[in-house]
Amino acid sequence: MAAEPILRTEALTRRFGGLTAVNDVRIDLRMGEIHAVIGPNGAGKSTLTNLLSGDLPPTSGRILFRDRDIAGRAPHRISRLGVGRSYQKTNIFKPFTVLENCRLAAQSRAPHALRILSRAERFRDLARNAEAALELAGLAQRADEIAANLSHGEQRQLEIAMCLATAPTLLLLDEPLAGMGATESARMVELIRALGRDHAVMLIEHDMDAVFAVAQRLTVMVNGEVLESGMPEAVRASPAVQSAYLGHGE
Amino acid sequence: MNRRRSDIALAAALLALALFPLAGSTFYLQLVTKIMAMAIFAMSLDLLVGYTGLVSLGHAAFFGIAGYTLALLSPQYEAANLWTTLPAAMAACAMFALVTGALVLRTSGIYFIMVTLAFAQMAYFVFHDTALGGGSDGIYIYVKPEMKLAGRTLLDLGDLGQFYDLVLILMTAVYLFLRRLLGSPFGRALAGIRANEQRMRSLGFPTFRYKLAAYVIAGALAGISGYLAALQFGFVNPEILSWHNSGIVLMMVILGGMGTLHGAIIGAFALVLLQEVLANQAWFGEAAKHWQLAMGVLIVLVALFLPRGLAGLGARPRKGSADGR
Amino acid sequence: MDFYFFLIQVLNGVQYGLLLFLVASGLTLIFGIMGIINLAHGSFYMLGAYLAWSLAQYTGSLTAAIALGVVLTIALGIALEQVLFRHLYARDHLYQVLLTYGLILVFDELRSMIWGDDVHGVAVPALLAFSIPLTENLSYPFYRLAMSAVCLVIAGALWLLIRHTRLGMMIRAGASNREMVQALGINIRLVYTVVFALGVALAGFAGMLAAPVSSVFPSMGGQVLIISFVVVVIGGIGSVWGALAAALLIGMADTFGKVLVPEVSAAIVYLVMAAVLLWRPEGLFKR
Repeated sequence: MAAEPILRTEALTRRFGGLTAVNDVRIDLRMGEIHAVIGPNGAGKSTLTNLLSGDLPPTSGRILFRDRDIAGRAPHRISRLGVGRSYQKTNIFKPFTVLENCRLAAQSRAPHALRILSRAERFRDLARNAEAALELAGLAQRADEIAANLSHGEQRQLEIAMCLATAPTLLLLDEPLAGMGATESARMVELIRALGRDHAVMLIEHDMDAVFAVAQRLTVMVNGEVLESGMPEAVRASPAVQSAYLGHGE
Repeated sequence: MNRRRSDIALAAALLALALFPLAGSTFYLQLVTKIMAMAIFAMSLDLLVGYTGLVSLGHAAFFGIAGYTLALLSPQYEAANLWTTLPAAMAACAMFALVTGALVLRTSGIYFIMVTLAFAQMAYFVFHDTALGGGSDGIYIYVKPEMKLAGRTLLDLGDLGQFYDLVLILMTAVYLFLRRLLGSPFGRALAGIRANEQRMRSLGFPTFRYKLAAYVIAGALAGISGYLAALQFGFVNPEILSWHNSGIVLMMVILGGMGTLHGAIIGAFALVLLQEVLANQAWFGEAAKHWQLAMGVLIVLVALFLPRGLAGLGARPRKGSADGR
Repeated sequence: MDFYFFLIQVLNGVQYGLLLFLVASGLTLIFGIMGIINLAHGSFYMLGAYLAWSLAQYTGSLTAAIALGVVLTIALGIALEQVLFRHLYARDHLYQVLLTYGLILVFDELRSMIWGDDVHGVAVPALLAFSIPLTENLSYPFYRLAMSAVCLVIAGALWLLIRHTRLGMMIRAGASNREMVQALGINIRLVYTVVFALGVALAGFAGMLAAPVSSVFPSMGGQVLIISFVVVVIGGIGSVWGALAAALLIGMADTFGKVLVPEVSAAIVYLVMAAVLLWRPEGLFKR
């Protein structure tokens, strides 16, 4: 595991009028490490993800990606730095095929993205990147299916595949297991574990079995603040966490 | 297979159009020339509406700016040069599109519709109320531009048959260009923006720039049609920039079937021919005076019962495809 | 400019603005609650004016004509919603644009067939046909003040309706969440019919009210349509108060524009809209 965090935040805060959704949060993400963020609904986890991906600007605080402050930058600029984000509510291109979803994602990185007179299929490297991403996510055999016709679990896989097609360094996964059955979940957990080896991963999840199966570090958020952060077993054993969250039979 | 069949249909249609001057009378020749210019107008709007998902109600601004550019650049009693005035007209449109687009594209939805309308209305008033445009009387183009190469006239644009050929060639060229554009990576990105712009941004696409590029291209292409119309009628006046004109071309696109380029061409033919048919007193007698009523009813029926416009009549039920169409 | 001249412009601006508000409020309610873009909204204004003119000739009284006319426009609104518009709720906005554009053609031609294409004047009701003197040379027509007063009363009635009645509550609920309202057993179809009829009646009534002041002419529908869309957009779609604020803003800008900078007065409305939208892309009072 790398020593320096690839992304860290300082006093990250986001307010919506009178409501403080994220308050003075300090988190760091390292290459080769899966850092899980858990907490009850409304704890601010999705808001945190939105702040890191640029979908929301922070009210105050800093977000340092490779030591450069990216707070408030536009989502497309943050994405190009090597940050990939999957959404809690499936956010794919429903009318396109599975392959086209990933090909388009891969295209975002192509220097020749603005060529206007050559057929898109000619750029074989994009298709190859897309196919590789689909292979990794386990969707290779569904490449020609229209995305809208996939099962819910397959759509969640496509969510991840699209991120992977952009060759990110850092992955922000927002509840990738949401709504999945047992077999699909197991497969997704394996995928996340594999990804953790050569990416920095921030994983938001409610599925505790999955979290404790893959996470190398754990942060618990409650009411927008970090309650506890550290090695998973230590956090689990912490009395504060037990009473606030885990101890209530969650 | 579907591609091959539609290519054949397209080639057949182009052949029919190319041969039409042999059979048609002067009146119909002029009519079809006008329709083909409108088809270019409609295709350029389809790029915005059908592919990028940007509904503009101010597209007539480009039509008018191009026409006025030709009128203003034409010397009073001599012929202007097509090779300089046509690019100039397109460039004027592209500039207008670049400047207004940079502002207009910050809005979306109905707001976008209204701001495009606003800028078109402002252009209308510039030509209507200031010295630039010659006021509500408009400007006449007394001598048609000439199309020369190395001193020899390529096409005599004052001759109806040859002008018809030029318009047909340009319409075909615009169609092929747009088809190529839409199959390219740029075109796919536009389709992605229409399907889910937020996701495109989070994948790393600077969607604003793509939309602006589409807007400028659409504006420049619309300029071609405005130029040709001004050339054909030898006259421009502020009404060509009116919202009625913007509305009519939008109707053509929707009627023909959005998001299919050939739909725009079909829509242009359908709307103009429909008007000609319904207003034909020889066929409908007194009732022909009220053609607007019949036209309106037909449009209402198409809107209710033909969800994919006229182009959807011949096609299979849509499922979705590799390129999002 | 001197005080009384200024006062007259202000009164004119307010009167024009309030009239625009009547038309725009219908448009914003229909779009905000039902999601329908109705290009034919201007046609209802025109039809109202022509109805007022012909019924006034028939009955001899503008007031009676207006009363009758309102009933007829409500009936028209209900009929249109039941027969045509209810098929459009699920459809793409563009098909609504196409259908309502067709309706403009239909209404224009029907008007031409029923009432012809001439311009007509309509007499102000005798009771209101006097002027209030301001200075020795200037006076202000009482009818215009009456118009403004009527518009204000209607604005007040709309406020009461939306804030304090069950229907108003359903309207507000329907605006935010159609599916939930239906799940709660509220008859959303009835709400839609009522809202649509209300919108049509407001536009028609505005036309009737304006007839003595602006005359009755064929293109009056198109003119008011564009301006009322501008008002709706500036005010924020679905916001009746936004429509009021924006209508007054536009009424003043247009009136003073015509007086101060007549060469560009026609463009002022659009400049204002472009400026507002660039500052607030969703209108002033977007819900």
